[in-house]
Amino acid sequence: MMRRMALKREWIHGWLLLLPAMVFLFAFTHIPAITTFINSFYSTPRGKRAAKFIGTANYERMFDDPVFWQVLWNNIWFAVGTIPLSIGLAIVMALWVNEKMIGRSFLRMAFFTPTVLPLIAVANIWMFFYTPGFGLFDQLRSGLFGLPSTNYLGSPDTALNAIIVVTVWKEAGFFMIFYLAALQAMPVSLKEAAQIEGANRWTIFWRITFPMLMPTTLFVTVNAVINSFRLVDHIFILTDGGPDNASALLLFYIYETAFRFWETGYGATLTVALLALLSLLAIGQFFFFDKKVHYK
Amino acid sequence: MTNAPLTTVDGRAITLQSVSKIWGDSRAVDDLSIEVPAGTFTALLGPSGCGKSTTLRMIAGLESVDEGRIRIGDEEVNERAPSKRDLSMVFQSYALFPHLSVAENIVFGLKVRRVSRADRDARLNRVADLLGLSALLERKPAQLSGGQQQRVALGRAIIGEKPVCLMDEPLSNLDAKLRQEMRTEIRALQQQLGFTMVYVTHDQVEAITMADQVVLLNKGRLEQAATPRDLYERPATPFSARFVGTPPMNLIPASALKPLAQADTLLIGVRPEALILDPKGPITAKVKTVEYHGADTLAECSINSEPMQVRLSGGSVVTAGDTVSFGFAAEALHVFDVMQNCRRDDLLPEIGAMLCS
Repeated sequence: MMRRMALKREWIHGWLLLLPAMVFLFAFTHIPAITTFINSFYSTPRGKRAAKFIGTANYERMFDDPVFWQVLWNNIWFAVGTIPLSIGLAIVMALWVNEKMIGRSFLRMAFFTPTVLPLIAVANIWMFFYTPGFGLFDQLRSGLFGLPSTNYLGSPDTALNAIIVVTVWKEAGFFMIFYLAALQAMPVSLKEAAQIEGANRWTIFWRITFPMLMPTTLFVTVNAVINSFRLVDHIFILTDGGPDNASALLLFYIYETAFRFWETGYGATLTVALLALLSLLAIGQFFFFDKKVHYK
Repeated sequence: MTNAPLTTVDGRAITLQSVSKIWGDSRAVDDLSIEVPAGTFTALLGPSGCGKSTTLRMIAGLESVDEGRIRIGDEEVNERAPSKRDLSMVFQSYALFPHLSVAENIVFGLKVRRVSRADRDARLNRVADLLGLSALLERKPAQLSGGQQQRVALGRAIIGEKPVCLMDEPLSNLDAKLRQEMRTEIRALQQQLGFTMVYVTHDQVEAITMADQVVLLNKGRLEQAATPRDLYERPATPFSARFVGTPPMNLIPASALKPLAQADTLLIGVRPEALILDPKGPITAKVKTVEYHGADTLAECSINSEPMQVRLSGGSVVTAGDTVSFGFAAEALHVFDVMQNCRRDDLLPEIGAMLCS
């Protein structure tokens, strides 16, 4: 009897300790997720008309919505354009600033600066670079080569690519920090042993360094994928999704649908699609990488 | 160990001529000249920070040479990359590649040098046989014990059949029993395969038992390069005398001994095991502590406040507080000059006559 009482007390104690974190987790993550899922089967409530159950109508609409397919395609292109490039750049920069040289800490700081800058500031700096006529790029083009002015952000062909450039610039420095930490944790003797065995720098990188960076690469890739589907802030300032949805991404479209046009029902449906996509990607990555990643 | 037909190699001689390594304003290695004959085992011995690892790394090419020249075989290698020096190396940490299996670790160098697959497999089998690793080839280094990891590192070093092999304190991470086994094994391997070995250690027992030649370093400078027997029997400097042998040789200032009171720049050296109880002996000392070890007894004594250790055979009885006289044979006497930091064999007959009967 006494023992059961003690056990119960311990139990309550444990749950009480978990409670604060659980409250926040449920209030801001789990309950909204479930509500969103439920709402995706209801119509949008308007005025006196309450939301009513409409089954999969929202999903049917989504599959027929050309804008949804366009933003999804944009997003895939955006992910393909940013992830490999920013990870590749991050590795190159980390390898570079890991060497012994003069001005190393200055370089490290310079590479990391884009990450520290507020998003709004970053977007505004790049606005200036891209401005037609007197922006930095156009001044260089006309000043050095005498080329006509362009409107990178204003034309459907280049708007998304211009945003990709900004994103790579901002993310590569952040990922570099993880690679730099991993490189510094790697014993120098491994590199020396490989050198003595006759490996050149290229072989050392591909056979030793890169495989040993795999856990970092997995972590960074998962983050990069999530970031690429989470990006809205740059778009607000640089293009506002335009022209003609050419630079709109999935989350931006969800925001527009739900909070500009107040189509909350359809917005919930789009959100469910985004969540499903993200979970699939995350699970897929872990399975794909698991065989290739060596954890110490 | 099985007698696998592993190819023997022709070792190459290594010569260091006035080699120095300078870090800022300290000289880690200072004007060091060593000869390592082809196919022999040389141990670089010294306390930590004496420059022995730096010397090894300069031979390997992992550290640049600031002054002097290093020759391997007939060629000067100062400016040559590590991979072009035709040598192998075993690191203190083993430096095994954690993401590669034992087999991949061992053949790493062969693969880099594009040795054919058939040749690679044949050599891998021989080396694995020789080192008893055949059952472990598919494992990752993290799944091996310290001793097994050590063997994998050895395997990686010998599979290339290089004429020179360098080892940087390879046994320091093993327990005492395993260390003793590996000592014999590495020595046997070197003699069987015939490569030139340069072996860094701070353990004098390792150096004395394994090497053909021991190079004793202190503060970046050469103290003595000699065979283990010479190093023990005829140490060239007071430092050599104290560094080799446990417990270390007693170095007594000559002024502490009555017949030699005037010779104040001389040190009289006698090993603890050479001292015998002798009522008429020239050394009178007060016993401070006695440690019974079974086979022998270690007595801590003092002569006019100079410390002295004596190792007496198990049967002898002394007790703390006694004042005892010790004697020793004339062959056990060493004389050193403090000012010139050298051995004075020319004074042996004279001083021997005064101290030994």
